Amino acid sequence: MLPNPGNLEGVIDAMAAAEVKGRSLWADARTRFMRNKAAVVSLILLALVAAFALLGGLIAEWERDFVDFSLTGRNAHLGVPSIETGHFFGTDNNGRDLYARVVQGTGISLMVGIVGALVAVVVGTLYGATAGYFGGRLDGVMMRIVDVLMSIPFMFVLILMLVIFGRSILMLFLGIGLISWLDMARIARGQTLSIKNKEFVEVAVATGVHPIKIILRHIVPNLLGIVIVYATLLVPNMIIFESFISFLGLGVQEPNTSLGALINEGAGTMQYGTLWQIAFPLFFFVVTIFAFFFVGDGLRDALDPKDG
Amino acid sequence: MFSFVARRLAVAIPTLLILVVISFILMYAAPGGPFNSERPLPPEVLANIEAKYGLDQPFWKRILDYIVGVVTHFDFGPSFKFKDRSVNDIIAQGFPVTLTYGAISFLVAIVVGISLGTAAAIRQNTWLDYLAVGVSIGAQVLPNFVMAPILLLTFTLWLGWLPGGGWNGGEWPYLVMPVIALSTSYMASIARITRSSMLEVLNTNFIRTAKAKGLPMHRVIWKHAMKPAMLPVLSYLGPAFVGMITGSVVIDSFFSTGGIGTFFVNSAFTRDYSVMMGITILVGALTILFNLLVDVLYAWIDPKIRY
Repeated sequence: MLPNPGNLEGVIDAMAAAEVKGRSLWADARTRFMRNKAAVVSLILLALVAAFALLGGLIAEWERDFVDFSLTGRNAHLGVPSIETGHFFGTDNNGRDLYARVVQGTGISLMVGIVGALVAVVVGTLYGATAGYFGGRLDGVMMRIVDVLMSIPFMFVLILMLVIFGRSILMLFLGIGLISWLDMARIARGQTLSIKNKEFVEVAVATGVHPIKIILRHIVPNLLGIVIVYATLLVPNMIIFESFISFLGLGVQEPNTSLGALINEGAGTMQYGTLWQIAFPLFFFVVTIFAFFFVGDGLRDALDPKDG
Repeated sequence: MFSFVARRLAVAIPTLLILVVISFILMYAAPGGPFNSERPLPPEVLANIEAKYGLDQPFWKRILDYIVGVVTHFDFGPSFKFKDRSVNDIIAQGFPVTLTYGAISFLVAIVVGISLGTAAAIRQNTWLDYLAVGVSIGAQVLPNFVMAPILLLTFTLWLGWLPGGGWNGGEWPYLVMPVIALSTSYMASIARITRSSMLEVLNTNFIRTAKAKGLPMHRVIWKHAMKPAMLPVLSYLGPAFVGMITGSVVIDSFFSTGGIGTFFVNSAFTRDYSVMMGITILVGALTILFNLLVDVLYAWIDPKIRY
C-alpha cells in the first residue's frame, strides 16, 4: 500500500513537533551541578559575600578611615560590636569602624583572587594550547620554561620585588599574575594533546585553516570545561596567597586593607580581649575559601562526568 | 637511571643560575642604594663605603663576582645593615632552627597524612572515613597564618599549657605549636590524596587477585597497594616542600622561633638586599634539589616513567 503523501507530511510534522529538545553539554552540566547541594549552597554564599563586598558599604555608618580618638586605649570596652553605635563589627585598635574595613578587605581579596584566575585562564590556556598544538621542539622549550619557573620559590621572589619596587596593589597583581598561569598552562597542554588528533581538528587542518584560528576556534572552546574548574579552584589559592603577603605587612597598604591584613591585625590584638577583630575577617575569609572549593568541586563533577 | 639523573641535573643547574641572575638584577634595579639615608653622607664617605662593598664596580663585574662567590665557597657576601655580620652568619644562625622544625613538620605531615588517608580508604564510608575527610576539608581552609593565632589563643592564653613562643634550643614544648601550625594543612592534603589514590588502587585487578589468594589485609596493603598508591602523594611532596618553607616565615613571626623567616621579613623591612637575596637563593637551591630527589624517587618507584 502506498502511503498517502499528505499523511506522510503529517507524520513528518508530528515528528518535528515532538522532537526532543536537544540538551547541550552545558545544560547537562547545569543539571548535574544543581543536584550537588553543597555546591549550590556555596554558590549562594559566594553571591552573598560578593554582595556584601559590593553593597555593604552603603549601610556602613562610619568611613573606613575615620579614626575615633575617643576610643583610643579603651577599645576592649567601648569598641564592642553593637547596632546602636553603628559599629556593627566593632572597632579596631585605632578606633576605626571594622565593618567598613571588612567590606573593603573582602572586596580586595575577591578582586585579587579573580584577577589571578583571569590571568591564569587567558595566559595559561593560550600558552598551553599553543605548546600542545604545535608540539615538537616548541612544546619542549615552552614546557621547560614552565618547569623552570615552577621550581622557583615565588613567594620569596615576589617579596623581594615588593620591597624593591615598593608595595602597591599593582605590584601584587603583577606578582600573582606571574605565577598563577603555570599550572593552567600544564593542564591546558595535556588536554590539547588529546584533542588535537580528533577528526574535527583534522578537518580544519585539511581545509587550510590558519593554526592560530584552529587554536582559538577549535581547541580553546573544548578546553573551557576543565579550565573553568581549575580557575574556580585557583581563586581561593590566590586569596590565600595574597592574605599571606598582606599578613606579613608587605601586601595591601594602609589605609587600604585586605582580609589577610585584617586577620594579622586581629591576631596581634587578640590578647587584649578584642576577639571580634579577628573573628569577623576570619569568618569572611573561611566562608569565601570554603565556598570556592565546594563550587570548584561541584563544577568538576558537573563538567567532567567520567566517574558517572 | 644515571642518564636520567644527569639530564635532570642539566635542567636544575641553569634553573638555579636563572634564580641568581633574576634576584641580582632585581637588587641592581632597586632605586637608591643601601646607604642612602635621610641625612645624606658626605660624597667621599659614601664613595668609600660603596668601594668597600664593591658597589662602585660595573654591573657585569659585580654579578660575576657574586656568582663565583656563591658557587665556589657559598659566600653570599656581607649584610648591608649589620656591619659585623655576613649573610652566611645570619643563615648559619637561623637555618638550623628552620630545618629542625621544618623537617619534623614534614615527617609528621607525611606519616600522619598517609596513615589517615590509608585508614580512611580501607574503612570507606565509616565514621573514620568521614572524620578524615572532614578534617582534611577543614584544614584546607585554615592556612598556617590562621592556625597559628588560634593555637596560641587556645594553648597559651586559655589553657596555659605551652609557652607562647621562643626556641630554647628546640625543647619539645617549644616545638609543638610550630609543628602543628606548619604541618596541618599539608597533612590534610596528603591524607586526601592518599585516600583517593588508595581507593583507586584497591579497586584494581591485582589487588583482587592478592585478596583471592587469601593474603591478609595488611599484607595486601603494604606489599601490593602501597607502592602504586604513593605516586600521586610523591608528586605532591615538591609543592608541599615549597609551601612549608614559605610557611616558616609565618611560623617564625608568630612563635618567635628565630629561623630564617624572621631574618627574611626583617631584612625586607630594612631593605637589607644581600640578606634577602642570600635567603632566596638558598631556598631556591633547596627547592630545586628536593624536586630533583622527588623525580628520582618517582622514576625509581614507577619504572614506566621516563622523561
